[in-house]
Amino acid sequence: MRVEQISVFVENHPGRLVAILEALEEAQINIRALSISESGEFGIVRMILPHAEKSQESLREAGFTTRIDTILSYSMPDVSGGLLNNVVRPLSDSGVNLKYFYAYTDPATDQAMVVLKPDDLDRAEEILKSL
Amino acid sequence: MIRDPENEQMSRGNLEKLQLERLKAQVAYVAEKSPYYQRAFKEKGVKPDDIQSLKDIAKLPFTSKLDFRDNYPFGLLAVPMDKVVRFHSSSGTTGKPVIAPYTQKDIDIWSEVMARTLATAGVTKDDVLQNSYGYGLFTGGLGFHYGAECLGAAVIPTSGGNTKRQILLMQDLGTTVITCTPSYALILNETALEMGVDLRESKLRVGVLGAEPWSDQMRDDIEGKMGISAINIYGLTEIIGPGVSTECPYQCGMHIAEDHFLAEIINPNTGEPLPYGETGELVLTTLTKQAQPVIRFRTKDITSLNPEPCECGRTHVRMSRITGRTDDMLVVKGVNVFPSQIESVLLDVEGVEPHYMIVVDRQEGFKSDTIEIWVEVSEDIFSDEMSKMEGLEAKLRAEMDSVLAIAAKIKLVEPRTIARTEGKAKRVFDRSEL
Repeated sequence: MRVEQISVFVENHPGRLVAILEALEEAQINIRALSISESGEFGIVRMILPHAEKSQESLREAGFTTRIDTILSYSMPDVSGGLLNNVVRPLSDSGVNLKYFYAYTDPATDQAMVVLKPDDLDRAEEILKSL
Repeated sequence: MIRDPENEQMSRGNLEKLQLERLKAQVAYVAEKSPYYQRAFKEKGVKPDDIQSLKDIAKLPFTSKLDFRDNYPFGLLAVPMDKVVRFHSSSGTTGKPVIAPYTQKDIDIWSEVMARTLATAGVTKDDVLQNSYGYGLFTGGLGFHYGAECLGAAVIPTSGGNTKRQILLMQDLGTTVITCTPSYALILNETALEMGVDLRESKLRVGVLGAEPWSDQMRDDIEGKMGISAINIYGLTEIIGPGVSTECPYQCGMHIAEDHFLAEIINPNTGEPLPYGETGELVLTTLTKQAQPVIRFRTKDITSLNPEPCECGRTHVRMSRITGRTDDMLVVKGVNVFPSQIESVLLDVEGVEPHYMIVVDRQEGFKSDTIEIWVEVSEDIFSDEMSKMEGLEAKLRAEMDSVLAIAAKIKLVEPRTIARTEGKAKRVFDRSEL
């Protein structure tokens, strides 16, 4: 399934993540998933949350550079080999490359969620749907 | 068309003879008439007789903007007031304005060099010229007005502003030439589009643009959007106003009216003259002025001179587009660095000019000087993919290295990091001055 992801450019100093989270708290937005990719002096914070536009507004007001991208989110059984057999291998077998991904589990449903950005979104969506 | 072939196509040898003759006369004139230059020559220990060749100009003292300020308003005036027929003035945004007095002969020469400027830009007496430079104290408005009349073009003296009316007049009177600042040309175009007018389909064919710094990218933009040939001109209130130099339709540097203005390029750090082709500060000496002649004026503008014959047939030396101001110049590891170079790299790499700041840390002996360029990550250049952000950083670093000729550290920063002040952002932060 397609989801909107918000990305935030952040300098790598103590307190910057706090500023992002405070802006979201103030807007009463709950983060569903988060990953940070870092490169020395800066990082990219990527988040899945309800209301991407509203979040973007709050973060812009707090002075952050942000963007919204459509990527894929996929739910699978939270069992050994779940990620491998339900997502990674089928994509790999079809030659789809992943630019990045991150995952989280939901203990209440015994499901794991994976959020991913493939190099070919349409193709990846088709493969994962057909499983 | 070449308006004055005798002067504009004179051989370099004859031109230099003419320049030397006029330089000697101008130096003798100020030594006799100007108390300011009498003092300045005395301090420097130089006499008019010391000028025996053009190279001897290096013996003369420089004149700076500060000298104008310290001697405001009439300290550099070389004629009694009854000979003055007009005053112009600079805006004075950086302190006291510079007063420019003219005699009737000065006005006649100015009109002639402006007519020549327009002819060089490709304007003829058949053109309808809309002059949107501001009329009044500013030299642009009246300078172009008199020059266009001298050439015989039909002038529409709109001055600046009232942009909608400018578009209406342009259509109704069939304007073929617009004279204004480059940024106003873009405003005219935007307003025309809002009014449903496509200037590419109008009779407009030439823009004679100047009085503010602009770039080749901006020229391409203006030419594409307006369907005109955009000609770059250069001038200064201290020297005469517009009319000092202009491009021909080949757009390969601005021909300086060398029979009236003598140009030198100097090393801005040492004041030493530099040979043709080298980049440095432009220094101008008037050769034929009466009311307020100026000897070796330090323009603070950075350019280079090319004496090679131009395809247009003119022999007058060409100065390249101004690439920076000495005020903005930084010396890092013994290399001159200009914010304008950094701006052009940012514009080339990303197609947008992000906010940026230059952070320098200069140490004694300059070997361990460092320069960092902080580039604000705007939404235009931000990507959710780390490889693209790292790629951007690497590309900027490589481009900066090749343009600046020293290694600069590129640092991508959040928008809040770079302080905004009113109007202009403070671009340079010098850690060693803390």
